[in-house]
Amino acid sequence: MQVTNKLSPFFENLNFEREDNTMVINFGPQHPSAHGQLRLVLELDGELVVKALPDIGYLHRGIEKMAENMTYNEFLPTTDRLDYIASTSNNYAYALSVEKLIGLDVPRRAKVIRTMLLELNRIISHLFFVATHALDVGAMSVFLYAFREREFAMDLMEDYCGARLTHSAVRIGGVPLDLPHDWIDNLIKFCQKIPKDIKMYEDLLTENRIWKMRLEDVGTISAEEAMSWGCSGVMLRGSGVNYDIRKEEPYELYGELDFDIPVSNSCDSLGRYRLYMEEMRQSVRILEQLILMYPKTEQKLMAHAPQYISAPKEEIMTQNYALMQHFVLVTQGMRPPKGEVYIPTESPKGELGFYIKSEGEPYAYRLKCRAPSFYHTGLLQKLLIGTYIADVVTIIGTTNIVFGEVDR
Amino acid sequence: MRKYTPKDNVQKKSYYTDRFWVAPRVPQMSIEEGSHFADVINALGDRVLDASVQIGQLVVSINHQDNYSVLETLKDVCGYKICTELSAVDYLAQEGKFEIFYQMLNLDEALRVRVVCMIEDGLAIESTVPLFKSANFAEREMYDMFGIYVNNHPFLKRILMPDDWEGHPLLKTYPLEGDEFASWYEVDKIFGKENRDIIGPENRDPSRVDRYDTKRFSRVGHEVDFGADISQGEPETEIEYSKTLLVDYTTGSEKLDQRR
Repeated sequence: MQVTNKLSPFFENLNFEREDNTMVINFGPQHPSAHGQLRLVLELDGELVVKALPDIGYLHRGIEKMAENMTYNEFLPTTDRLDYIASTSNNYAYALSVEKLIGLDVPRRAKVIRTMLLELNRIISHLFFVATHALDVGAMSVFLYAFREREFAMDLMEDYCGARLTHSAVRIGGVPLDLPHDWIDNLIKFCQKIPKDIKMYEDLLTENRIWKMRLEDVGTISAEEAMSWGCSGVMLRGSGVNYDIRKEEPYELYGELDFDIPVSNSCDSLGRYRLYMEEMRQSVRILEQLILMYPKTEQKLMAHAPQYISAPKEEIMTQNYALMQHFVLVTQGMRPPKGEVYIPTESPKGELGFYIKSEGEPYAYRLKCRAPSFYHTGLLQKLLIGTYIADVVTIIGTTNIVFGEVDR
Repeated sequence: MRKYTPKDNVQKKSYYTDRFWVAPRVPQMSIEEGSHFADVINALGDRVLDASVQIGQLVVSINHQDNYSVLETLKDVCGYKICTELSAVDYLAQEGKFEIFYQMLNLDEALRVRVVCMIEDGLAIESTVPLFKSANFAEREMYDMFGIYVNNHPFLKRILMPDDWEGHPLLKTYPLEGDEFASWYEVDKIFGKENRDIIGPENRDPSRVDRYDTKRFSRVGHEVDFGADISQGEPETEIEYSKTLLVDYTTGSEKLDQRR
């Protein structure tokens, strides 16, 4: 125990001075490559990490508590703040769980638009991953290029819903707006452009000597371990487990679409990086198919379920009964049936699911957000042990965690 | 008379419910013979108290003492290799119990099972960390949010809330704005306990607006100096709009732009 005063201040690592001892350092919570507010307590033996303790909760806002005090529609914009890199995927996962709970079928045009937005968000999120991961490792130019292309994708999102980061572009029962004029043309241009850009990032990175040295055999995890730690998404597929919820438990239009799931057996960061690149290509492929699907759909955007969903504005303004129902739904909120539901979706980060327990009230009795990043943060306890301190940043980057959904 | 609010559940409630309204229930389907779920039920044997298929997933209700052995059977015999989610629901007001659920995933069949058990308040549940490492963080979060102790957990410590926090925020008795402890927590940390009288409790209602606070709020048409005391009345200030002069350079005349 140290006795501290003004003349002899507290030394955090005094035990390091003793022979054969480990040094304890704090990584974060304000570290630029911690991707948010992650505090890692690292125990070091020389440069090797002996023990790692992720300390989270610096961004805890009590979103699950707020869900118990908000009606179902009120809560939807709050879900934007979970994974703020790809907020439509959160909106969608939440809307889908509520729809499954009340047994709602969404019109086909809404499905096409939603799937488009989901895949566009996947590209935005993966570009962000490549950019920040490259920056963490030291490749500054990739960061600039990837952010430039991400800007185009965000412009598309802005044209559709008016927001760039917190979209709230999905509603329970459909989407609020049809695609604006010219949007499809811009999307086609984007789809033509982005594969060339992905090629450029790969030219800059994949065979790059430094990039390979930094990523190969760093952050390796076996398939068995990955399953035990509850990994999902690219973390799971990077370890050779072929499981994508879009393919295995299809939701929305993914059952009809033709796309491949890239899987890597390398179990390391480089393999995961290549999966992210390939997934972006597959997203473009999905978008191209959706562009062809869109004109064949009917005009309708919101499901017809007067008990749960307000009628279109035109009907509210002209029909008395639609106005009455709209009034009740706005002032009291919809009341889903009693019961519980857990619906998984494949967000860019992994398996994002909402568990909703309803007691037949307008307020959810319990809402649990299953965030992929939360479990990937837990995995850091295992992944970091035995690595060098220089690789810690790479490993945090490769898990692609976002603190909005870790802390909730 | 003041409106009665129940103390055992302080979450927001519907202000009006029709007297004759009965909430419907999500359909609970029976398990088809010969399906994968029927095999799961057979493998679990008499540990199953109740089972049904709800929205495509098998929901199995068990005793809380059996949680480890049931998950072990699910993992080793039925192929449920991933425990995707684990948490609790507060039923203290109704039954004095918590409901704990484990959400399991079978990768080969692409099927999910939810294992549900009820546990009395004050009892501890057995940890499932030896089976699933993902339970490490999830059980810590459950302890943090509900105060349910987990036996044999390697590191049962608060995870989202600060270590020295009192109370468990997801309990139904815990108000949304936080309790008495929460309102003094940061005041004590920053200013010290001895300055409580001077500083006062933290305002944890985000929508509260102090009418006389001129440091954080201002009103259009009533602008005053920063920090001015307006409790005795406030001066009316005329709103000034920016003015644009239209200049005609040939004649050299200027006039005020009054186009709207």
